[in-house]
Amino acid sequence: MSLWEYANPVKFLSLSERALPWLWGGAALCLVIGLGWGFFLTPDDFRQGSTVKIIYLHVPAAFLAINAWFMMLVASLIWIIRRHHVSALAARAAAPVGVVMTLIALVTGAIWGQPMWGTWWAWDPRLTSFLILFLFYLGYVALWEAIEDPDSAADLTSILCLVGTVFAVLSRYAVNFWNQGLHQGASLSLDKEENVADVFYQPLLVSIGGFVLLFLALVLYRTGTEIRVRRTRALIAREERASGLSPEVRDA
Amino acid sequence: MELTVSDLTVARGGVPILAGVQFVLAPGRALVLRGPNGSGKTTLLRTVAGLQPAMAGTVAGAEERIAYAAHADGLKAALTVAENLAFWASVFGGASIEPALDAFDLRALAGRRAGHLSAGQKRRLGLARLMVTGREIWVLDEPTVSLDVASVAMFADAVRGHLAGGGMALIATHIDLGLEADVLDVTPFRALAWDVAGSDEAFL
Amino acid sequence: MRALLIRDLRLALRAGGGFGLGLAFFLIVVVLVPFSVGPSSELLSRIAAGVLWLGALLACLLSLDRLLAVDWEDGALDLLATSPLPLEGVVAVKAVAHWITTGLPLVLAAPVLGVLLNLPGPGYGPLVISLALGTPALSMIGAFGAALTVGIKRGGLLLSLLVLPLYVPTLIFGAEVARRGAQGLDTSTPMLLLAGITCAVLALMPFAAAAVLRVNLR
Repeated sequence: MSLWEYANPVKFLSLSERALPWLWGGAALCLVIGLGWGFFLTPDDFRQGSTVKIIYLHVPAAFLAINAWFMMLVASLIWIIRRHHVSALAARAAAPVGVVMTLIALVTGAIWGQPMWGTWWAWDPRLTSFLILFLFYLGYVALWEAIEDPDSAADLTSILCLVGTVFAVLSRYAVNFWNQGLHQGASLSLDKEENVADVFYQPLLVSIGGFVLLFLALVLYRTGTEIRVRRTRALIAREERASGLSPEVRDA
Repeated sequence: MELTVSDLTVARGGVPILAGVQFVLAPGRALVLRGPNGSGKTTLLRTVAGLQPAMAGTVAGAEERIAYAAHADGLKAALTVAENLAFWASVFGGASIEPALDAFDLRALAGRRAGHLSAGQKRRLGLARLMVTGREIWVLDEPTVSLDVASVAMFADAVRGHLAGGGMALIATHIDLGLEADVLDVTPFRALAWDVAGSDEAFL
Repeated sequence: MRALLIRDLRLALRAGGGFGLGLAFFLIVVVLVPFSVGPSSELLSRIAAGVLWLGALLACLLSLDRLLAVDWEDGALDLLATSPLPLEGVVAVKAVAHWITTGLPLVLAAPVLGVLLNLPGPGYGPLVISLALGTPALSMIGAFGAALTVGIKRGGLLLSLLVLPLYVPTLIFGAEVARRGAQGLDTSTPMLLLAGITCAVLALMPFAAAAVLRVNLR
């Protein structure tokens, strides 16, 4: 039994229908625990006070904003190489979720930045990179919407995703070169010294887990919707051809 | 070498239109495609010309041998008739444009801008382009649109000359060109719902 | 391919506006900037390099939607795709023609407009060199965007949305060269990075552009 079997839309639908309740439930549980623990049961930071608690929204959203794009990249590659429709539709389904995550990261960052740095926005490399990522997401979503033929749209957006990834990485380095930042170092790195303290770290991991589950649930759900739309289209086309009416006649 | 189309399924927007199309076009022969509007003649020609991938089946002997002409002639209004032709001649390897100018009676118009030509004259220029390509297989989609009777005869002569020189022609048209040509009606190849899978069928 | 380049240049000359439009837009941007930020020559000389780069970028963007759309509409792109020319070559030549008709005039006009914005003396050389190095990348990236949106009616706005984020690295390094030059600093690092981006874009982008064009042609 290979993983590729789930590239079959029907198989994928039945799997996702079984998995979705668990994902929604797990996401809700992790978010309640992670956010509740983080907001109410951790001490205030000695420098940042209680403003630090926005970290439980900000970091998971930022984490997903990047990883959603990464997932779209992988899905696009699978579409280009193996031409599995589910893969292309999953990339399409993930994009708006990525947009929202990027937006959450930007907005919570601004709200956090105001008391800490005394400004809502600074052209700091990290902030700027996220803004650029946001633009890439918008372009990707807009291209999907603009093209009627679904297979062409999948091809074009996949190539845009590949090219966009290269340029997004390039922009990241360009922006670093262009301005040194205010933003603190990575909150989550394998290097223990750099990390946030353990009291904040554990609830943070739980809320990241919750965000990831939420993301998976949303993507599976939206992919299911996209598959059903295509199914409807296929059924209508079959119906019309069975009744001897070609699509051109219908259009005219 | 002949052009062999076997078991070809062509699709538009992921929906198969024609399936199981078969024919062989030998040097010196012309094949006229017939069928009502929307029956898939244009899609078939675009697939044979390599502009569109086939959904199934093969087209053999088409590589780098096809000169394609469709409804749009690809003319530049700001260039003269001679410049338009000379451009395509050099793209396709630098044939002389003189025979083409004569065959389609364009010599008097050679210095005129293509934008100032009438619809029929533009069409003649678009067809004259075929002669400067030096390609053996002409794939023509409704070549006689907006041509008058005399121009149609002119075009038929050009095709005859091309065939006599060992060329081939695949033509979708509604009118009788007076050519010695085989006729292929595409209606029987209409893709039916149950025997061909469109790209959307994966979802059923 | 040379025939295609000559044809595109001739068309740009004859159709009028080919050479002039981007240049006129560049001039307008540069003239409007002092009206919007105030006439202080000290402020203007500080932002001149950046404004000139931004103006050049926008002028380049302005003409992109006609880059392939004209040939698409009159069917010439179909005919070129069935011709012996590789589609990669066709796109690259189109980008080169776009650069000659849009980018090159901008490079040549930039020092003149620099005078209007009080660009400091040492900044002229780096400005011209950075534009000469960077604008070919802008044209080639733009050709990719044009190939993506060629089949879409009223795709102009979408084209801008797709292309602008792709322009970011080129703009950052290009404007950095011009800015450092204007301040009399060393420009070699951003200059090398800019040249690297342009080389990579020119080498790889034609393949991506031809791939999307093939999808759009079918």
